[in-house]
Parts: sequence; C-alpha cells; structure tokens
Amino acid sequence: MARNAAAPVSPAGAPEPILALDAITKTFPGVKALSEVRLGLYPGQVTALIGENGAGKSTVVKILTGIYQPDGGAIRVNGQAVTFATAQDAADAGVTAIHQETVLFDELSVAENIFLGHAPRNRFGLIDWSTMERKAREILRGVGAEIEPSHKLRDLGIANKHLVAIARALSIDASVVIMDEPTAALSHKEIQELYELVDKLKAQGKAILFISHKFDEIFRIADRFTVFRDGQFVGDGHISDVTESDLVKMMVGRDVSQIFPTRNSQIGEEILQVAGYDHPTEFADIGFTLRRGEILGFYGLVGAGRSELMQALFGITTPPKGVTKIDGTVRVIRSPADAIHNGVVYVPEDRGKQGAITALPIFQNVTLPSLSKTSHRGFLRLAEEFKLAREYTRRLDLRAASLDTELGTLSGGNQQKVVIAKWLATQPKVIILDEPTKGIDIGSKAAVHEFMAELAAQGLAVIMVSSEIPEILGMSDRVIVMREGRIAAELAGDDLSPETLVRHAAGI
Amino acid sequence: MSTTERFIPDRLQSPLATRLKSWESLLLLVAIAIFIANSFASPYFLNAWSLSDATFNFTEKAMIAFAMALLIISGEIDLSVASIIALASTAMGAALQLGAGTPVLILVGLGTGLLCGAFNGVLVTRLGLPSIVVTIGTMSLFRGISYIVLGDQAFRGYPADFAFFGQGYVFWVVSFEFVLFVLLAIIYSVVLHRTNFGRTVYAIGNNPTGALFSGIRVARVKFILFLLTGLMAGVASICLTSRLGSTRPSIATGLELEVVTMVVLGGVNILGGSGTIPGVFIAAFVMGLVTFGLGLLNVPGIVMSIVIGALLIGVIALPRLWAMWRK
Repeated sequence: MARNAAAPVSPAGAPEPILALDAITKTFPGVKALSEVRLGLYPGQVTALIGENGAGKSTVVKILTGIYQPDGGAIRVNGQAVTFATAQDAADAGVTAIHQETVLFDELSVAENIFLGHAPRNRFGLIDWSTMERKAREILRGVGAEIEPSHKLRDLGIANKHLVAIARALSIDASVVIMDEPTAALSHKEIQELYELVDKLKAQGKAILFISHKFDEIFRIADRFTVFRDGQFVGDGHISDVTESDLVKMMVGRDVSQIFPTRNSQIGEEILQVAGYDHPTEFADIGFTLRRGEILGFYGLVGAGRSELMQALFGITTPPKGVTKIDGTVRVIRSPADAIHNGVVYVPEDRGKQGAITALPIFQNVTLPSLSKTSHRGFLRLAEEFKLAREYTRRLDLRAASLDTELGTLSGGNQQKVVIAKWLATQPKVIILDEPTKGIDIGSKAAVHEFMAELAAQGLAVIMVSSEIPEILGMSDRVIVMREGRIAAELAGDDLSPETLVRHAAGI
Repeated sequence: MSTTERFIPDRLQSPLATRLKSWESLLLLVAIAIFIANSFASPYFLNAWSLSDATFNFTEKAMIAFAMALLIISGEIDLSVASIIALASTAMGAALQLGAGTPVLILVGLGTGLLCGAFNGVLVTRLGLPSIVVTIGTMSLFRGISYIVLGDQAFRGYPADFAFFGQGYVFWVVSFEFVLFVLLAIIYSVVLHRTNFGRTVYAIGNNPTGALFSGIRVARVKFILFLLTGLMAGVASICLTSRLGSTRPSIATGLELEVVTMVVLGGVNILGGSGTIPGVFIAAFVMGLVTFGLGLLNVPGIVMSIVIGALLIGVIALPRLWAMWRK
C-alpha cells in the first residue's frame, strides 16, 4: 500500500537520494506552511510532488532554490547537511528550477538569455561571446531545440521561448532539476516534446522534481511520488504501486468517488446561433448553435483560435463578418457592453488581467457590470450593492473576511468565484467560461464543475473552453474541436473519446 | 458542496473609522498647522479681506484640479490645461474685437475649452496614443496658436460686467470664484463618489482591460474626462481673464504643474486607481495657505516654488517614513 511505501522499497542497488529534505518546517506569521516534511530526489528518477493548492509545494520549491530558509530540519546533498542561504548557494549545489513563468528578455539574444548572470568570461573579464554561443548551441541541441543562439528572443514563438527557459535552467550544470507546472502553457505536441526532454535528463542521471496538477502527466512521467496535504507529509513511494484514486485520496484526505458531477439538465430550445464568423487572422468560417441547459465544450490546442472566437462573440474584437442570433433575433455585438445587454457574458482565462479588478473590493467587483440595476438614476446605492454581492457570493460558497476586502487578497480559487458571481449577477442567458479551472486546486475545481452543472440544470446555456481532456469529456454535452482557427469536428455521445478529440485537434 | 452556510460580513470596519485613518485626515491636520503657523508669522494674516484675497491663489487651479483628479484616477493625464487657458483667453479676446458681449465671451471661453478637450480625447481614445505625449504636444500647439494670433500684443478692454467672474463678490468677502470653487468641489465629489460614472473611473484606473471585459465603455468614459478637463480649463480661463482684465499669450504659463501638484498632494495616485475629491479640496487650501503665508513674509516667488516642491515630497514621503519607523 502506498502509505507504507515510505521506506524506500529498494530495487537492486537502490541509489541514495542526491538531495533530501529531512523534517523541514517553515512558519510564516500566523501560518505553518510546512510541518516536518520530508522529500527525497534520486538520480535518474522523476519524483512527482502532489498536493492541492496550499499544500506547501511552492514553499518547498522556494526552500530548495534558496529563496526561503527553513525554520527547522535539514537539507542534505549527497548525505551532507547544507544550508542554502541564497539562490546562488542552491545553484552552486546544482539545483535549478524551471518555473511556470521564467522571466526572459525579448530584446536580448537567445544565448544572452540562457547565460544572463553567469556568462562565460575571457581573460580580460569580458563576456566571451564565441564560447557563450557555442555552449548555448550545445545546450539547445541537448533539449532538442533548433534555435539559433544569436537570434533575438522576440523573434521566437511561445514554444521556443519555453525551450530557451528550459535551456537557461540547464545552463548551470545541475544535478537536480525542479519543474513547476511546466506544461501549464503548452500545447499537446509541445508537452510530448517536454516528455522526451525529461527522459533525456533522466538518462543523464539528473534527479527531477516534477510538480503538476494533471494526473495523466504524473503517471506518464514520474517514477516516484510524494504527497503533501496542508503543509504535512502524507506519503511517498513508487508510482507503479498506486492508482489515481489512491493519490486523490491521499491529497484530499477522503474518498473522491466521482470527480465530475452527474448531469441531469433538460436541454431546451436553441438560444444562440453563430454563423459565418470570419476573422482575418485568428479564425474562419465558424458556425454553431447552443441550446438552453446545454454545456458545449470547445477543445483544441493552444493557438487554435478558441479564446479569440469567444472574445469576438463577447464584442472585444468585432469580427469583420458574421451573424449572431440570440433567441432567434439578429443582434449586433460591438462591445462587451452590447454582449452583456444581450445576455452573453464571458469569464476570461486571464483572471488577473481581464477577469478581476484586484485593487477594488469584492462587492464592487461583483456589481461592476450590474451597476445599472443596483443604482438609481445613475447614483450608487451601496445597500443594494451589498445585497447583490451577498446573494451571489453566498451561492458560490465564497470564503472571505468581508465583502469590502480587496479582491487581490483572496486565493486564486476564491477570486475565480467572485468573477463568476459577478457574471451570474447580470442574470445572463449564455455564459462562456474560458479555462475555468486553470491553475486552481482540486477542491475548488470540483466546486466550479458542480456549479456549472447546476447552472445548466437551471436552463443557462454554457460554453466551456478547456484544454483538459478529462474536463471536456466529464462536463460537456457536445464538443466542438477547433484546429487552426476552423471547426475541425463536432462530437457528441459515443464519438466522444480522448482519442477522437486529440485526432481532430491535431489533424491526424 | 458545503453544508454550512458561510456568513461574510459587509464590512469589518465602520466607514467613519476608515475615514479617520485616511490621507484626507492627515492633510487636514497639515492645513490646520499651516493656518496656525501663518497666524503667528504675520499680523496681517487673520483678516477677513486678506484671507479672501488668499483664496485667489488656488481657486482657478483647483477648478481644473477636480477634473484632472478624475482624469488621473482613470490612468490618463492632461498637461495642456494651461495652454487651453491661453487659447480660450485668446479666443475670447478675438471675439471681443469682433464686438462680442459678455454672454458670447462666456460661450467662446467654454466652447474653446471643450474643443481642446475633445481634440486631446480623440487623439488618446481613438488613436490609442499615450496621453502624456499627446498633451505635451497640444501644450505647445495650443499656446503656439495664441502666440501666432497675439505676438507681443495683448487683448484689453473687456466689458465691465465681464469683470464679475474674476473680481466680483457674492456676499461680503466671499468672492464669486470661491463660491464656484466650493460648488464644483461638491459636484465633482458627488460625481466621483456617488455615481456609477465615478465607480467606472476607479475601475478603469485600476485595470483598464478588466474594466473593458466588465462591459464598461472605457474609451467613452475617458473621452468624457478629457472633455470635462478641457471645459474646466475654459472655466478657469474665463475667471483668470476676467481677473486680469487682459489676455497675453503667456497667460497661466506653468499652471499645469501646479494643478498636477495639487491633485497628487490631495492623495490621488499619479499612476491612477485611487484618490478622492475631498483630498484635492483640502490640498487646494494647503497650497493656497502656503503661498499666501510666504507672500506675507515677502518670500520671493522662486523660493515659493521650492517650498511647494518640498511640501509635496514631504507630505507624500510622510506615510512611508512612518511605516518604516514602526518597523
């Protein structure tokens, strides 16, 4: 059983961990982020660190990279106790991290980005450009990237930029590589390439710590696992000894019998008809319909044009051609204000920038699109605003100290609840959710899924854009797959399977 | 989902408690301190007429500062306001030469302000240019037109009834300008703090993209704010021209910086998103009292601008120093 696998089940000649955390404790004012946790990273093996948001994963990463210092316990490198007083100490000990969003510089060359801060020097103490380019080329080849080191970073696509970030992490001769949600921004194909890269690093004998919310990835790539819950060590072992539900049980501390809610909504009449949507660069020849009580999934690779299409529907970008019919009547939507007026609302993917106004209090975020309802002749009525905010935040089971708390102080999951509350308060007919559970923990995810099912059951028409196959399959009545700006397939019922989705999305 | 109904209170702190801890309270203390210091510094200070005179130091600037506060909260700025005053004054002078009476002069002054504001607004909201660059451009442009029209000449001979706006008194020592200043303070305070429009200004200033995605017509709101700022510059131009009784192209040179200083001193974040009209209202008094007090002590104008600059930095640094001290 996984829980008892804590003592290494030694295969022949089980190696010692390169890096081990022993009874590490870290306290912040008022919060015990980590309480005597342990973690071992072995050469040539991938260890998945698993836990909900707030379990202490990012604190561990910061301790391993010298950003935080633990209050108690020991860090051991090859059995020797060490202290990582600074990020430089950790780098010197051979620990490197690939973060979700590594800071790169568009105006510098690829080689400069890779070696920024530790560029090779010549005997005059100046940067040795030819050595730098040569080494950069070697590292890039090592990660399987065909990128010219002298090119400016801004001329590269997103995927190549990501490879540069990985090359940067590998440019210090690391024995331990930490990957913190490395696939969050990647398409299917890029993820496959990342897997190959991880296999290469394993073959070089590097120890890899892999942090991810996605179980399919964990089972594909990890050799070992360690589970944290609420800052405490729960268990570890070999991935081959456990099942997905074992891990979920360890993460949440209870049985999660079913990840997706059962749906029992009555699908009603057509409420939205989209025809002939055309955009000069992002999408072409789009047409679909949506019914009351239906959840319509939009699947595709990153860059397939799904978000752009939804933003056009919401009036952010006006499509040069195309007809939108709502309840059978043609509506002209030139701005989000028009869309909201016609009962179409959009919960964007980029919560921090587009969805929420984090510096304003919770209640003002909720009422922002509904001010015409809560006000009287253009004058604010605070009592009405609080009433509306109270009603909708309660429906979403929001957790906050008070309704006039600044939104930015809440956790990601709770911010997302406020953003959804804000749109429900407008009493829409159609709600578009763009990657609604991206980057939020399993508990909040389940709450959002359950709530979506509830909305559909109440007769709301839901469009859900998602890149997660289980979410698409678990929630949608019908799925539209987009590829390169066009509708590649419309699937329902028995046609819906991971294979068909991937096949249509990739065009195989 | 959850079985326990969670109760979230509306507020943790009463609005009064929040207000007492605010920037405005600190600024009010500063204003009172300067008032007391002034009354000790000069025997002529505590005199109804000299206090009334002192208000002219800030009333015209403050009228613009109210609109500018909204504009800066929304994340934009208008540095061309002093040049709008010059152009509006020049337009009124030109209308005067063509035989216009006081009502027409007023319309010309307000209309010029609105047109200039609309010009700035179109460049910023339609073409998406940064307002700081646009209004540095129009700052030269508007005043340049005044110089072309007037050269080293001046328009004089405004009608006697036109003098009321800058020199008239409504009641005893209470000038028309002061009454207008208080009225505008109330109007702008209500607009910013009590209306949907005011709320959208804050939303835009904090996150323009988020505001757009929330269905706010961001470009329209910003355009209106540029219009209002231009209009207020027109109002200030009428008052100033009336008070001086003449128009020269150099009128109100450098006033835009004093307006921005007043707004920032009033607690408006120069990067947008926060600030209040009561804060700007008190800041107007602080600046007026300081200049007047120094004037009574025969301090030259150049030194005055040093003092204003030091005051601005001092008042802004104070809360931060206080926070560092407590750490």
